[in-house]
Amino acid sequence: MTAEEVMHEMAVILDEVAGVSADQVAMDKSFTDDLEVDSLSMVEVVMAAEDKFGVKIPDEEVKNLRTVGDAVNFIVKSS
Amino acid sequence: MTQIKSAPARSGARIMGIGAYRPARIVTNDEIAPLIDSSDEWIQQRTGIEKRRFASDDETLDEMARLAASDAISDAGLNPEQIGVVLVATLTNPVQFPAVAPIVASKLGIPDPGAFDIGAACAGFVYALSTAADMVKSGSVEYALVIGAERMTDVLDFTDRGSAFIFGDGAGAMVVGPADFNGFGPVIFGSDGSQADAISMSSTWFDFRSGKIPEPPTLRMAGQQVFRWAVSEMVAVTQRALTAAGLEPKDLAAFVPHQANNRITDAIVKALDFPDTVAIARDIRESGNTTAATVPLALHALRSEGRAPSGAPALLLGFGAGLTYAAQVVALP
Repeated sequence: MTAEEVMHEMAVILDEVAGVSADQVAMDKSFTDDLEVDSLSMVEVVMAAEDKFGVKIPDEEVKNLRTVGDAVNFIVKSS
Repeated sequence: MTQIKSAPARSGARIMGIGAYRPARIVTNDEIAPLIDSSDEWIQQRTGIEKRRFASDDETLDEMARLAASDAISDAGLNPEQIGVVLVATLTNPVQFPAVAPIVASKLGIPDPGAFDIGAACAGFVYALSTAADMVKSGSVEYALVIGAERMTDVLDFTDRGSAFIFGDGAGAMVVGPADFNGFGPVIFGSDGSQADAISMSSTWFDFRSGKIPEPPTLRMAGQQVFRWAVSEMVAVTQRALTAAGLEPKDLAAFVPHQANNRITDAIVKALDFPDTVAIARDIRESGNTTAATVPLALHALRSEGRAPSGAPALLLGFGAGLTYAAQVVALP
């Protein structure tokens, strides 16, 4: 999958899990500061992303995923 | 081979009564928030908790347990003398021994019962209840008293941002006795000790005793790790308990999960697609997380609201430190 495709799917997940509207989602947006995804929603986003992309995102990696771009790049690299 | 006689097994067991004790003092989020640089809104959004109860010095662990148990025995229409075994699920016994159960039993006036504590943290009550049901069904006892009691305030660090806002105190109890129908589905339980650190004490009492640490140990919880485990694993556990009992989500009158966090409950309810006809226990709003006491307290609250019809099936689910879990379908008393 390309970064654009992953980013599009992430926007769908963020909408479903955390109620973030797709037009707010961009690579440079911070999950907590810009999109107001709290720590528990972040866990749900990560779990949904694992299912969707067939990757493993360990707890210790989650804290490094500050922006949508961080998550997209990690997923592209791992899948 | 020498024949060993067994007690005559019974065809069934059921929950006969429920009791509750909620400490008098109500503590709002506004009272908790300043010590952890938080707010009522933040706590409610992350957990669903609006308030909890904190026990006073007089509301000791065994006293709260006794009051909840006495309520349950009356609700079952029994006298204390009829109880054959007392099981207490707790992680806040203030002494390492003796167990709380024999003390509570004596204070209730139960003569010479079997009595022991069960340590399975937030799953403890469901473990204890299923053990009691098996004892009644096997013919070991006629009536069993099961209590979940906690004084979480004794092990909390009120300045810990990861846990101080979650927990509360209280006790709940149930009485199990013989029935001419099957009031318990198979229990589904398990554990993952490799994640024992996810919810544990900050150090050992021995480190405190030897002077290695200046303050007594307190509860610590890796909230995100526990949330992830609960959301990912408890959906399957709930489904397994339903399947084992031969039921589907729509067959349940009530779902009573451990009151750890409303968002864990939300995730399980969403994943299993419970219809609106299933009453979902949300006592965490009023009581916070009372660990081993949540399941009986939450069921007691549901029944007080008229949402737990007698004889109908409910699914009880406990999960927490260990990590441990247990789930079982029961017929409501």
